[in-house]
Amino acid sequence: MSIFSFFARPRSAPVARERLQLLLAHERALNGRSDLAAILQEEILAVIARHIAIDRDKVNVKLDRGSSVSTLEIDIEMPASVTPLKN
Amino acid sequence: MAKVLVVTSGKGGVGKTTSAAAIGAALAQAGQNVAVVDFDVGLRNLDLIMGAERRVVYDLVNVVQGDAKLAQALIRDKRVDTLSLLPASQTRDKDALTPEGVERVIGELREKFDWVVCDSPAGIERGATLAMRHADVAVVVTNPEVSSVRDSDRIIGMLDSKTARAEAGERIDKHLLLTRYDAGRAARGEMLKVEDVLEILAIPLLGIIPDSEDVLRASNLGCPVTLHNPLSAPARAYAEAVRRLLGEAIEVTMPMERKGLMSRLFGRKVA
Repeated sequence: MSIFSFFARPRSAPVARERLQLLLAHERALNGRSDLAAILQEEILAVIARHIAIDRDKVNVKLDRGSSVSTLEIDIEMPASVTPLKN
Repeated sequence: MAKVLVVTSGKGGVGKTTSAAAIGAALAQAGQNVAVVDFDVGLRNLDLIMGAERRVVYDLVNVVQGDAKLAQALIRDKRVDTLSLLPASQTRDKDALTPEGVERVIGELREKFDWVVCDSPAGIERGATLAMRHADVAVVVTNPEVSSVRDSDRIIGMLDSKTARAEAGERIDKHLLLTRYDAGRAARGEMLKVEDVLEILAIPLLGIIPDSEDVLRASNLGCPVTLHNPLSAPARAYAEAVRRLLGEAIEVTMPMERKGLMSRLFGRKVA
């Protein structure tokens, strides 16, 4: 700790402002509709569940909302012996 | 023409009740006939802030359910005789309010008063939606802090979709009231600035209420801050905000504390 660190306190307000702008851009886009990422997640899982038995506890979903690009990462652990479901 | 004004925020603890009391009192001090209505059923506090907690007999729920007449439930302020309070019930819950009952009571209040100031509960549930339902004007109380700004954005969305005016395709006048503002911390980059909040929420600014010891002092004593100490910085800020509500086009200023030399040198802790 030097005496200068007192004068060079980090400015946190600009960070707050940027986080809010990004977050609200997404929340306003939703505006009553349900989240597209959540819909995609449900539908993708439903399609996979039609073919193999998946354990919901072994599904890992990561979402990162960016200003221009958002990524949805779905990580599904498949059983060692994948047995196709019989119709 | 009577105006119904809702004081709302989404987030709790940002200063809705303090602001409803101060705005109501300042409107009455400006000669308007005012009723302040507490919609926070189950957690009433406007009576306490107004210093009328020992005079409550009937409340909003009694009037809504037809158990008491409006005139019986209204409490006339002892300091300003054009100011009345309609308290909330402390023993019931928010489901005791019905949309039809609230509409009837607001209609009756419109006939008797120039201004009906509705103090909304926090949250986005029934109590908050009923408080904003019949509003012509909304004052969105926001602190310069991320969670408060986010919740205000949500409330602004509801004002534009869930109110009677919005459903009839009419406009509801929305104003931003920035409370607990510390100009020094904002200048040092430690707090969101007025311009930051305005840019994000994009509604016109009604006033900036500085963070001040006078607000707590006034609530300790049960007196709206504009009545308790009209020359204090927050009281002047509320009085200015009310002049804007009454249609005066005056510039928004940031009333400052009048500090002595010692507190200027050593900060507010000394005073």
